[in-house]
This record gives sequence, structure tokens and C-alpha cells, in this order.
Amino acid sequence: MGAKPDIITETGLQFFSRISASISHEIKNVLAIVNENAGLLEDFTLMADRGKPIDPARLKMMAAAVKRQVGRADEIIKNMNRFAHSIDQTTSTVDLDQTIELFIALTARFAAMRGVKVELQLPASPLRIPTAPYYLMNLLWLCLDFCMSASGDEKRVELVVEEAENSVRIRFQRLAGLSAALLETFPSDREKILLTVLEAVLTAEPECAEVVLRLPKNTGVI
Amino acid sequence: MPAKVLIVDDEKDFLDIMAERLRARGVEVSTTISAENALKMVLKETYDVVIMDLMMPEMDGFKALKLFKETRPDLPIILLTANVPEEKCIEAIKLGAMDVIEKPADLNLLTQKIKDAKARKNK
Repeated sequence: MGAKPDIITETGLQFFSRISASISHEIKNVLAIVNENAGLLEDFTLMADRGKPIDPARLKMMAAAVKRQVGRADEIIKNMNRFAHSIDQTTSTVDLDQTIELFIALTARFAAMRGVKVELQLPASPLRIPTAPYYLMNLLWLCLDFCMSASGDEKRVELVVEEAENSVRIRFQRLAGLSAALLETFPSDREKILLTVLEAVLTAEPECAEVVLRLPKNTGVI
Repeated sequence: MPAKVLIVDDEKDFLDIMAERLRARGVEVSTTISAENALKMVLKETYDVVIMDLMMPEMDGFKALKLFKETRPDLPIILLTANVPEEKCIEAIKLGAMDVIEKPADLNLLTQKIKDAKARKNK
């Protein structure tokens, strides 16, 4: 390979591919359930051909199960669409609550796979900030990934979003396993470059068992 | 004697319907949504084959596969998973999986694999 991608491109693509792979996995799971329902319907018709009547109540249950899966797939695809469009414009003014809720939905499967419960606390009134939404989600993912490793035996991460005077704080709390040793590798160059792009500041405080990301309310990002 | 199968999958809807369809084909089916519980179940009961999802919360299929092979080395294990890159398939087979089948699965194929597993176990 001749040209080497820069760190931000590489990190951004890795994030995109990770989320895309997770979405494809979830959609395949939905398809598997729809496929089994179709197969069961086929089984019933074969049995009906042999004289065993089809139970309408059972058919109703199957229809409800398929509808549930269609609703689930619709939600997954809506989130996928919002995620894909988050890079349409590198920078824009966003509703931070919505961006973080989307981020939590997109990464829920990763947390579930690691047995970590992620709890979100949003401020009472919505916050709109100028930022680079895709890079923000990328940085949030790197932070959450680290914080899940630092959640210790409690296996719980609380994500608290709050407004400060000139900034917005996103606090990753209850990190029972956060230690100085773990912090030797975090933030790495990947997080540092995203922090620069977002004009953000990241601090880790083992004594408070938290990692805090501070985003500017008014920024030169736009 | 019907084949005795344990299905492990965190997707409850998938688990229920797969069990119903296999039972209609004369297979004796037990189910569980966690690999940890499945490990306890194989210690208490004798199964002809375990059909297990590869991607599950807390304990993934690879870790579970290793533990199954440690506790019940002769127990055939079929991995059933949504997305499976070829290198993961190879890794699973190396770890002792009998087969890796992609979801959505062909039930006739799966039923045949169950028969093969029972025959292999009874050899």
C-alpha cells in the first residue's frame, strides 16, 4: 500500500465499520426470526393438508411476532440512516440529547455483549451545540469502550450530560475499575486527535471513578 | 430414540420458534438464553448436540465452546450465528465445533446436522 491514511480517517472508518457490522448482525437476527415464523407457517399448512386444522390464535401470535420484528428492524434502520447522515456535513449545530441517544442506541449491542449496563442522564432542557457530530460520536465510542473496561465488577457506566458555564460536560461515572495503570493507555493518539478536532478536553479522575469530556458551547468548529 | 438437543440463544423469540419447529420434527429440545446456564445444563443432562449462537451477552460462543469442550469433549456443538467471517468459522472448527451455520438457517439442513451429530456421538 502506498499512501497511509491519516489517523483521523482511519479511526473514523474503523468506527463506521464497527457500527455497520453491528447493525448488519442485528438485522440478520431479525431476519432469522421472520424466517422461522415463515417456516412455521409452512409447517402449519403442511399439517393442514394432512387434516390437522390451523389454530387461529396461534396464527395471531405469529403475526404479532412478525410485526414486533418489523418494528425492531425499522428502529435499527432509522438509527442506521441517522448515523450515515451524521457525516453529511462535517460540522453543524446539533441537539446534543438526540445525538447522545442515537449513540447509545448504536452501541447498545456492544455494551450488552460485555454485560455492561449503560445508563443515560440527560439535562432537563435540550442542549444545542455547534460541533462535528460524527467525530463526537466517534470520540464518545472510544471513551465508552475504555469506560466499559474500567467499569470493574459493577459492570455499569453512568453517562451524565450537564451544562456548565462555557461548556457541556459528559461524565462517564461509576467506573469502579478506573486505575492509574489503565490510564497509561488512555487517551491514546486516536482520542487526542478527535479532542483537537472537537476543541474538547478529556480528564480522568480515578479518585472520583469518572472520566469527563468537556465540549465547548461556542466553538471555532463551525 | 429422538435426538436430544440443547439450543442456546439470547434471542428468546428465535429460541421459542426454533424449538417448536424442531419438536414438530421429532427432536427433543431444551432451551436456554445464556451460555453460563447451558454449561450447567450439560453437566446435569446428556444431550446429543448443542446448537449455540456465537454472539451472546457476557459469555460469547467462542468462550463457551472452549468450556464445553473442556467439560464434555465428545459433545457435538453446532454454532448458529447471524454473521460469520470465514476466519471465525475456521477458528470455531479448530476449537472443536462440529459445524458453523449462518442465520437465517435452513431447518432441513439443521435437522440433518442434528442427525449427523447424534450418529457421530453414538459411534
